[in-house]
Amino acid sequence: MISLFRKVSPIVLGALAALGIFSAVAAPAMAEGERFVLISHAPDSDSWWNTIKNAIKIAGDQMNVTVEYRNPPGGDLADMGRIVQQAAASNPDGIIVTIADFDVLSGPVRDAVDRGIPVITINSGTPEQSEKLGALMHIGQPEYAAGFGAGKKAKAAGVTSFLCVNHYITNPASVERCQGYADALGVELGSQMIDSQQDPSEIKNRVIAYLRANPDTNGILTLGPTSAHPTLAALDESGRAGDIHFGTFDLSSEIAKAIKADVIAFAIDQQPYLQGYLPVVILTNLVRYGVLPSGNINSGPGFVVKNNIALVEKYAGEFR
Amino acid sequence: MASDVKKAGAPAEDERVKEMSRFRKAMIRPELGAIAGAVLVFMFFLAIARDTGMFSPEGVMTWSTVSAQFIIIAVGACLLMIAGEFDLSVGSMIGFAGIVIAITSVTWGWPVWLSIFTAFALAMAIGALNGYLVIKTGLPSFIVTLAFLYILRGLTIFGAITATRKTIIGGVREAAEGDWLAPFFGGTIFTGLFQWLADIGLLETFSRGTRIGQPIVDGIPMLIVWAVGLIVFGHILLTRTKFGNWIYASGGDAQAARYAGVPVNRVKILMFMFTAFCATVFATSQVMEFGSAAADRGILKEFEAIISVVIGGALLTGGYGSVIGAALGALIFGVVQQGLFFAGVESSLFRVFLGIILLLAVILNTYIRRMITGER
Repeated sequence: MISLFRKVSPIVLGALAALGIFSAVAAPAMAEGERFVLISHAPDSDSWWNTIKNAIKIAGDQMNVTVEYRNPPGGDLADMGRIVQQAAASNPDGIIVTIADFDVLSGPVRDAVDRGIPVITINSGTPEQSEKLGALMHIGQPEYAAGFGAGKKAKAAGVTSFLCVNHYITNPASVERCQGYADALGVELGSQMIDSQQDPSEIKNRVIAYLRANPDTNGILTLGPTSAHPTLAALDESGRAGDIHFGTFDLSSEIAKAIKADVIAFAIDQQPYLQGYLPVVILTNLVRYGVLPSGNINSGPGFVVKNNIALVEKYAGEFR
Repeated sequence: MASDVKKAGAPAEDERVKEMSRFRKAMIRPELGAIAGAVLVFMFFLAIARDTGMFSPEGVMTWSTVSAQFIIIAVGACLLMIAGEFDLSVGSMIGFAGIVIAITSVTWGWPVWLSIFTAFALAMAIGALNGYLVIKTGLPSFIVTLAFLYILRGLTIFGAITATRKTIIGGVREAAEGDWLAPFFGGTIFTGLFQWLADIGLLETFSRGTRIGQPIVDGIPMLIVWAVGLIVFGHILLTRTKFGNWIYASGGDAQAARYAGVPVNRVKILMFMFTAFCATVFATSQVMEFGSAAADRGILKEFEAIISVVIGGALLTGGYGSVIGAALGALIFGVVQQGLFFAGVESSLFRVFLGIILLLAVILNTYIRRMITGER
């Protein structure tokens, strides 16, 4: 019995192996389960990236691929460079990365491109930088241009002197937003951009202090919900809500409420959902069928004002 | 003779006793550095920012509120530091407590007073766990609480995203309407007094905008009330009770204190729980005031608390310090932060100022401490 088994089992094993090889070779061209890695620069605590995480999950489910999200937990860009290197070493089918700092990331990203991994850049960075890195395309919102667009709207509304509440001043993109706004207004950017840090009570009191010390301020730009909500509270407390032209970046349910109440004039929506969703779809189709749209895609700026706010309200913080 | 014996046996002056003037005795105290610092800072800002509105009622409110925030966590950190331990998880505890309140009240629909109690209970349990681990393992509290800094921050972000798919949870203001406990943290008191002051003309009112006719300052925020209350409690506990002596003893030399019968373990665990309590007061006030909780609140606050305590004269290794000093250190912190805005100084320079003040304060405090304790 055992000797029979010993004779038969190699044949059985060989047959199974052959079957396996054949099935792999004969598999249809449409593979499933490709793996992509999205690397962002945001610290764990940054809530804005939640939308992108939701978007890549939806895109992954729809396209039948896995998308991993990686980031430096504390927001350190040098850590981010190392994460890009590790991701490239793990040989994914594609990489999606933000150009948070061109100099820090150029080495790791170019290495990934040179290995033959398709790279799409999103969010931070310019299309020129993206091209220099050898990426396929850039999907994002040009920061300076977004700030400039906001400034143009503010100028049309009569703003002459402004305050820019910057809660993440260590990121160069944030300064570009304020610079764009200032340039559109034709004002030199100096102490109007305040380093407000992230504690809501501190932000609120700093805005009150600034408005008190500069009473001729008639325009405010905040760079996200972290700076917008305490600024709303500050304007409430000083009784100037609705009095000062107020524009903000990004969306949240409180910002939506303020737009409806005519306290905030507009919110600049980068549409981060598209920054997460589109790269996954594009990379999947590239890997499977070799197709690639030409040119870059501007996911924003979309200006959310009172008359296009309904969907925003429904999904603020989740998909919008 | 009798009179000669009396003269020889009872000298009028004992040369072993050092004479110290009463003024010097009153001045040389642990808080002296902080008092001098506060006076200097106020004089500095009076000189450069007197007419920018910094000392108007509205201006005073801005830096008082910011200072009150720092005072609340500084008192907890001070008592713990005097007992000889650090708590680096305070900032993460603030974020954690805030998210607990928001999730339980907004997402799960619990009444807000129950959410607040839950947050306090959880935080103090974690504080007790911190203390227990420090004592059981004998590891430096720096390490144990550093671990909890990461654990709590991770749980906060994970919990927020799992329960609500967002990391900023709003809607607490609506949930807290009609609640009996919420105004104790987020409300304002003495509104009647300020209204009266406005009516008799001593206080400005808004002349335009949405709050026209209302007094510029409408009340004292509960945050300030809590800060004052905690200072009084901490100071009396530390300087007037037996337990206060035990705190000093545990920090000065834990083993010697144990030999003297001080329940050092109990003292340290209670102080960790008190720090957690202070962090939760901070978090609850912020959540009630802003109506929302966020997973990134409280980052780096533990260091700001330790800085306030050190400016206030406490010794990093424990056994020496003062709650009044820590409160003054926190006040200096808040005034410098806000004052630089009023003075129109480039806002990023705030961090440079803070570092310089910290250095000067430590040098001054070391000198004062040597005078008090007589060490050389």
